[in-house]
Amino acid sequence: MKLELRKISIKDLKLGSEMKLQDGVLTIDPQAVIDELMEDVNVKNVKVDIARPGEKTRIIPVKDVIEPRVKIEGPGNGFAGVTADMEQLGSGKVNVLDGAAVVTIGDIVGFQEGVIDMWGEGARWTPFSTTYNIVVDIEPVEGLDPHTHERTVRLAGLRAAQVIGEAGRDGEPDKIEVYELGNIFEETAKYPDLPKVVYVEMLISQGLLHDGYVYGVNSQQFLPTLIHPNEELDGAVISGNCVAACDKITTYQHQNNSTILDLYAQHGKTINFLGVVLTPELTTLAGKFRTCDYTAKLCKGLGAEGVIVSEEGYGNPDSDLLMICKRLEDSGIKTVLITDECSGWGGDSQPLADTTPEAVAVVSTGNVSHVVNLPPADKVLGNDRAIATLAGGWEGCLEEDGTIKCELNAVIGSTSEIGYHYLSVEEY
Amino acid sequence: MKYKVLYYVNQFFGQVGGEEKAGVKPEFVRKMVGPAMGFNGLLEDKAEVVGTLICGDNYFNENKQEALDYILGVIKEEAPDIVVAGPAFNAGRYGMACAGLANAVIDELGIPVVSGMYMENPGLEECRAKAYVVETGDSAGGMREALPKMAALTLKLLSGQELGKPEEDGYLAQGRRLTIFVEKRGSQRAVDMLLARFRGEEFKTELPMPVFDKVAPAPAIKDLSKATIALVTSGGMVPLGNPDRIQSASAQKWGRYDIDKNVALMGDYCTIHGGFDPVYANEIPDRVAPLDILRDYEKEGKIGGVYKYFYTTTGTGTSVANAVKFGQEIGKELKDAGVDGVILTST
Repeated sequence: MKLELRKISIKDLKLGSEMKLQDGVLTIDPQAVIDELMEDVNVKNVKVDIARPGEKTRIIPVKDVIEPRVKIEGPGNGFAGVTADMEQLGSGKVNVLDGAAVVTIGDIVGFQEGVIDMWGEGARWTPFSTTYNIVVDIEPVEGLDPHTHERTVRLAGLRAAQVIGEAGRDGEPDKIEVYELGNIFEETAKYPDLPKVVYVEMLISQGLLHDGYVYGVNSQQFLPTLIHPNEELDGAVISGNCVAACDKITTYQHQNNSTILDLYAQHGKTINFLGVVLTPELTTLAGKFRTCDYTAKLCKGLGAEGVIVSEEGYGNPDSDLLMICKRLEDSGIKTVLITDECSGWGGDSQPLADTTPEAVAVVSTGNVSHVVNLPPADKVLGNDRAIATLAGGWEGCLEEDGTIKCELNAVIGSTSEIGYHYLSVEEY
Repeated sequence: MKYKVLYYVNQFFGQVGGEEKAGVKPEFVRKMVGPAMGFNGLLEDKAEVVGTLICGDNYFNENKQEALDYILGVIKEEAPDIVVAGPAFNAGRYGMACAGLANAVIDELGIPVVSGMYMENPGLEECRAKAYVVETGDSAGGMREALPKMAALTLKLLSGQELGKPEEDGYLAQGRRLTIFVEKRGSQRAVDMLLARFRGEEFKTELPMPVFDKVAPAPAIKDLSKATIALVTSGGMVPLGNPDRIQSASAQKWGRYDIDKNVALMGDYCTIHGGFDPVYANEIPDRVAPLDILRDYEKEGKIGGVYKYFYTTTGTGTSVANAVKFGQEIGKELKDAGVDGVILTST
C-alpha cells in the first residue's frame, strides 16, 4: 500500500468571497462552508471564523480538529464510510493543506471539550495554537436527542474539512511524503534481521462523546482489529468527541498519528513495522478481558517482538493499558506504553488507576490535573463561560477580566497519549 | 544580616551519652553542639546556627507530643529561618525523630526543614514529601560527605531561589510529579525506549508503577433486616442544578444530600460526571445510585433502613489523594451515624 501525502504549506489564512489557495495563502469563503453544512436538515445555523497563530484569540469549547485535504488520485476522497462513499483508504495521492485545521465548536450535551489559545502561555500547551484554524460553530435544530446532536456536529466538521480541502486540489506541494508498506511477509523478507514491531492504538469506546470510529463503525462494535497504518493516515479513523480535551485523539491527530509517523521513520532502519492494531476500550470487565486477550493474540500471531501501546483517556482504560502490557510482556514481547497521569493539582497523588509490575517502560505525557493560568483574550470564538462546566474547569475558574485558571484536562491535545505533544513528568 | 539556623540532634550527637541516655528529655542550648559546629562552618557567613536542640531518641518516640510541645515552643520563640535535623544516617529512631520534628515544624510553623538520612531509614518515608532530605551513608562515617550537601541545600533554600531537580540540588525526590516540557515528543520517546530495549541498553521509565494500598473488607453484616444502609456514589449524581458546584472531572469536593423524603433519585437528580455517556443515567438516575431498589428493600424488610443522607462525588480524573480524603471524611460521618453498610457505586 502506497500513500503520497503532498503537503502544501499554508502560510496565511483569510476570509474572502471565494475559496482558494494561492501562494500558500488560504482564503475561506464562509458562505461556501455554510451552504454545504446547511444541507443537513439537522443543522440550524453555522458560523465560520478564523484564528491565526499569535493572535490573542481563545477558541472554546472545541469539539474536534480536522485537517483539510483532498485526494487527487486513488480511491476514497474524504472520510470513507462517514462523509463519503465507502472505499478502501490508504493509497493514492492526497493534497494536504499543511498547517491549516478545521476546529469545530458548539455545545452538545453535558460537560465537554476544550480550549485552544492562539498566543502566549496557553499556546505552549496545545499543538493547535500553531495551525491556521478555520473555526466552525455549529448550532443544530432544537429537539434533537443527544446522540443525533453529537453525530450532526461530528459530521459537519468532517464535511467542512472536505469542502475546504478542495481548495488545494490544484496546489503544488512544498514537499511530498511517501508512506509505503508491503504485507508482513514482503517486509520481513526485506528486513529479516530487524525486530518486528506492532503499534496498538487504544480507542475510547464508551458511549456518547466517548467513541472512536473506523470507516464510520463505532469502535464499541468491533473486536481489536488490524489496520494498515496508511489507512489511518488517510482518514479511516475519526474522533467521536471525547470529553477530556487533553488526551482525546482528535481526527487531525489520527490523520497525523505521531506514533505511526515515528515508527514509519524507523521502518527498514532499526525496526520492521508490521502494522496497527486498533483496540476498543470497553466499559465492562468481560469486555476488557476479551479485547485485551484479543489484542495480545493479534500481536503474538503477527510475530511481534516489540509493541508500543497508546491509551486514550484515563481512569478505567488504565486497566486495559496495563492488562495488555502484562499479556504482551508475559509472552516475551517488549512493550512500551504511552499514557498521561492523574497526579492531582500538587502532583503528589498516585498517577494511575491501576498498576502492574510488568509495565517497566512507560512514557508519561503529563499530569492532566496540572493547573495553568491563561490570560484574557482579545477575542473569544465560542463561549468562554463553558470553562466552568467542562472537564478541567470549575465554577469560578473564569475571572471577570477573562483570565482562566484550569487544569490541562481542558486544553486540547496537551497530554496527547499518542505522544503528539512535548510534555512529560518529572519527579521532584 | 545572617539567616538563623536552628539545629536538632539526638542524645548521642548532642554529646549527652549513648543508648543509656536515649530517654533524656529535650533541651535547648544556645550554642553549637556536635554536627552543628561543622555545619556552621559551611554556611559561608550567610547564615549561622543560633542554638542546638538535643533530645533522646527514645524520649521523642515514646513521648512524641510532649517532646514536640517543647521543641515547637523553642522554635517558635527563636524564630529561625530554617531548621536542620540530623543527619540520622540509618539510625531508625533518630530518623523517626527528625521526621516527626520536620513534619510538625513544616505543618505548624511553616518553617522549612533540611535533614540527611540513609535510603532505608524509616524516617525518610515519613517526611520526604515535605522536608528536604539529603541522601547519606548508613553510618556516622558519612558525616563528612553529608554536611556539605546539607549546607549547600540550606543556603539555596535560604536564598529564596527555586530548587532545581532533586539530583541537581542534592535532595531526595519529594514525590511531586511535575509536568515539564521536553525536547522530543512523546511518540519519539516511546520509539527510542523500545529501541533501547531491543539493544539491551539502559532506559528509564517516565512513570514508575504506583504501589496500591490494600483495604481489608469489613466483617459481614449479620442481620441485614436491622441494618442501616447508606448510598454513596462516585457517579456524579447531584440534585438538579448542582447546588454545591461539584466538578465534572477531577473533583475537589463531595456533597451530602438529604434523601429522607425521596422514594427514588429520579426527578430530582442528574449527573454532572464528565466521564461517561450521561443520557441513560439522566433518564433514570437510580441506574447509577439505586435508591429506588433500596426503598423497595426497606419496604420488604430486607434491610432495616436507608440512611437519610446520600453522598456523592465525581470519580473521573479525581486524584487518588483526593479520593482517599473524601473516603475518610465520608466514612467518618457514616461511622459516627451508626450506619452498618454502604452501597458504593462507581461508573
